[in-house]
Amino acid sequence: MKHQTAALDSSLASTTRRSAFFQRMNQRLVRLVHRHKTFDHGIYPIEHKELTAGKPIRRMPFANELVIPLLQHKGRPAVPLVKVGQEVVRGEPIAHADHFVSVPMHAPATGVVRAIGLIPTAEGPKTQAIFLEVYQAASQEVLYDMHRDPQQMTSTEIIQAVQDTGLVGLGGGAFPSHIKMHPQEGRKIHTLLANGCECEPYLTCDHRIMLEHTDALISGIMIALKAVGAQRAIIGVEDNKLDAVAHLRARIPKALPITAEAVQSKYPQGAEKMLIKSLLGSEVPAGGLPADVGVAVFNVGTLAQMGDLLPKGRGLIERVVTISGPRVARPGNFMVPIGTPVRFLLEQVGLTGPVGEVILGGPMMGMAVASLDVPITKSISGVVALEPRDPAIAEPQVYPCIKCGECLSACPVSLNPSMLGELALAREYETMAKVYNLDQCFECGCCAYVCPSNIPLAQYFRIAKSINRDKKHYMHQQPN
Amino acid sequence: MATIITAVGFMTALGLLLAMMLVIANKRLYVFEDPRIDQIEDLLPMANCGACGTAGCRPFAEQLINGETEPAKCTVNSNSMNEIIAGILGVELVASEKRVARLACAGGGNVAYVRATYSGLKSCRAAALVAGGGRGCSWGCLGFADCELACKFDAIYMDRQGLPVVIEERCTACGDCVTLCPKNLFSLHPVSHRLWVACLNLEAGEQAEEHCEVACTACGRCAQDSPEGLIQIQNNLAVIDYTNNSLASTVAIERCPTGAIIWLKENGTVVKGREARKVVRKGALPVA
Repeated sequence: MKHQTAALDSSLASTTRRSAFFQRMNQRLVRLVHRHKTFDHGIYPIEHKELTAGKPIRRMPFANELVIPLLQHKGRPAVPLVKVGQEVVRGEPIAHADHFVSVPMHAPATGVVRAIGLIPTAEGPKTQAIFLEVYQAASQEVLYDMHRDPQQMTSTEIIQAVQDTGLVGLGGGAFPSHIKMHPQEGRKIHTLLANGCECEPYLTCDHRIMLEHTDALISGIMIALKAVGAQRAIIGVEDNKLDAVAHLRARIPKALPITAEAVQSKYPQGAEKMLIKSLLGSEVPAGGLPADVGVAVFNVGTLAQMGDLLPKGRGLIERVVTISGPRVARPGNFMVPIGTPVRFLLEQVGLTGPVGEVILGGPMMGMAVASLDVPITKSISGVVALEPRDPAIAEPQVYPCIKCGECLSACPVSLNPSMLGELALAREYETMAKVYNLDQCFECGCCAYVCPSNIPLAQYFRIAKSINRDKKHYMHQQPN
Repeated sequence: MATIITAVGFMTALGLLLAMMLVIANKRLYVFEDPRIDQIEDLLPMANCGACGTAGCRPFAEQLINGETEPAKCTVNSNSMNEIIAGILGVELVASEKRVARLACAGGGNVAYVRATYSGLKSCRAAALVAGGGRGCSWGCLGFADCELACKFDAIYMDRQGLPVVIEERCTACGDCVTLCPKNLFSLHPVSHRLWVACLNLEAGEQAEEHCEVACTACGRCAQDSPEGLIQIQNNLAVIDYTNNSLASTVAIERCPTGAIIWLKENGTVVKGREARKVVRKGALPVA
């Protein structure tokens, strides 16, 4: 029996290896034949998207208890509106935004508030959350509707409505969407980019959204166009999803100023600055925003939710999550209620063996979790369960930098990761920021991915940035 | 011969010319600097640690000369050295109390559970950025010794449970560990603050104890036993109001069930209450 499983494992391993090889060859062929637009530098990781790309979005059942953190976005936490013991209906607001840089939360299911307490998060520190016990026998209808016609609304009204919807960047940024739409002085937005790149390996949720929620996406783009006052919209899609491009082109009405364009499949194509460079050729200045070059970038998932929820006046209560990875028995794309614990999701899809790391988001920029009680929040696009590290294989050793320059030709923002790494070793964190523009690094991890010496460069930079942030904070606190 | 004389003459003339320019520059561009700055700088420890609140020893010497600060602000210098400085400046040496860094965590490997294995750079900061580092208690010490590395005075060492210990004699309260600790566990306190809560966990009761045997469970016994206004339970944590430090006594620690509130003796030993759970385990807890 044991031998059989071992044989099975090895054959599985060889098939995955073979498929990875073909995938790479295929990628190269597509790159050669199409020559789609792209940016300089970057890397081509193995995609593993075939695991879930063909799986239509299915609905995930409700867990017995949903946990809704009050801070699922960048900014200030929402303030709870409910008390312990209060019954809530699916879609009802349960926390409100008391500040511009905040978004409200809505009940993802009908149930009763069991407690308001601390839960572990993927980032580490425990945060306040609302524990919602789900009534499993309830019909789970959304009864909170306030129909409105975006055609009749002014731009300011739409922006307020977007905040009320509780929308944040669903691609992983978690930045409240209404702030991006808010007009800034001296910055006129001419183009809206819908980001359908999904450059992270394994993830396919945006791919499925573009195929299945096309109408919502188009109406979302029209709403966002009106809100930001842009004249045209471009949907940027990586060329590993040419079916989505063809589908979008067929479905977008000719009269609308929306085009779908393929860009090269390359990591990190989905970073907004990279996508702007690829599609429009303009470069966002260091420390600047896309609005500086007249562009607003939204994830296709965000726009599809906007197109679906805004006319109905509903709140964001669920999102599409790709659950995938070598250890998942039935990988797929699921519509998951916000607040579902990762443990429940993994139980539902089944595991084929012991799991090593569980990553929320993609494996390149996602966060490994320390507890399976961490809930799905608004910005989590995937759950990837990886194999445990083989104890027989020694942990990769870190060697000194050999100055090969691989990281320089991989860094999408043209920094010097090699030099930054040496400085990090010498703990010259201020020099890193002041002389070598560390703050431009968005921790994509390309440098660490290509490093032949296994130097954990991205981790060094995260440490440096975190220490610089803390020092600034500390200086600020000191009275003298 | 003539060539040599010309060359020597020319060079001498040039040398004289440049020397004159230097002399003029020296006179014209002279900036007066108090010679006492150098004198006092020589008496300072030159650790450039920043404990006094300035960028280094020279700015501190300048501030001393200008009367903006006092010699006792330098916590690294010995008292006798500071007396000499005070003598030069002609000021009274105000005896200020020695301050030390205190760690608000007692969760070593034998009492605090690790829930997920972290692999990667052996650094607290790095681990804290990956899902908080894997400790069950998300406020607790990670034990990768960032503080030990950061301490310029060798005042911190890691004990066998992977918990930093501050040697009070050596600690100069420079605050490097305070800024560096990703969990913000260190804070600077006068040595007279003997009553200490060695926990930052904001959970209550069983939730807190689930991940660590020495966590503050917010039971409130210490607050009840001690004089009014000394200890309060805030955010599920016992908080000592040090403005009433004179009221502090070992009474507060006696009934603590976990031993989270402790009395730090002057010789560096930690006194726990009689009812505190005895920790006999020496080895690390399993990852679970």
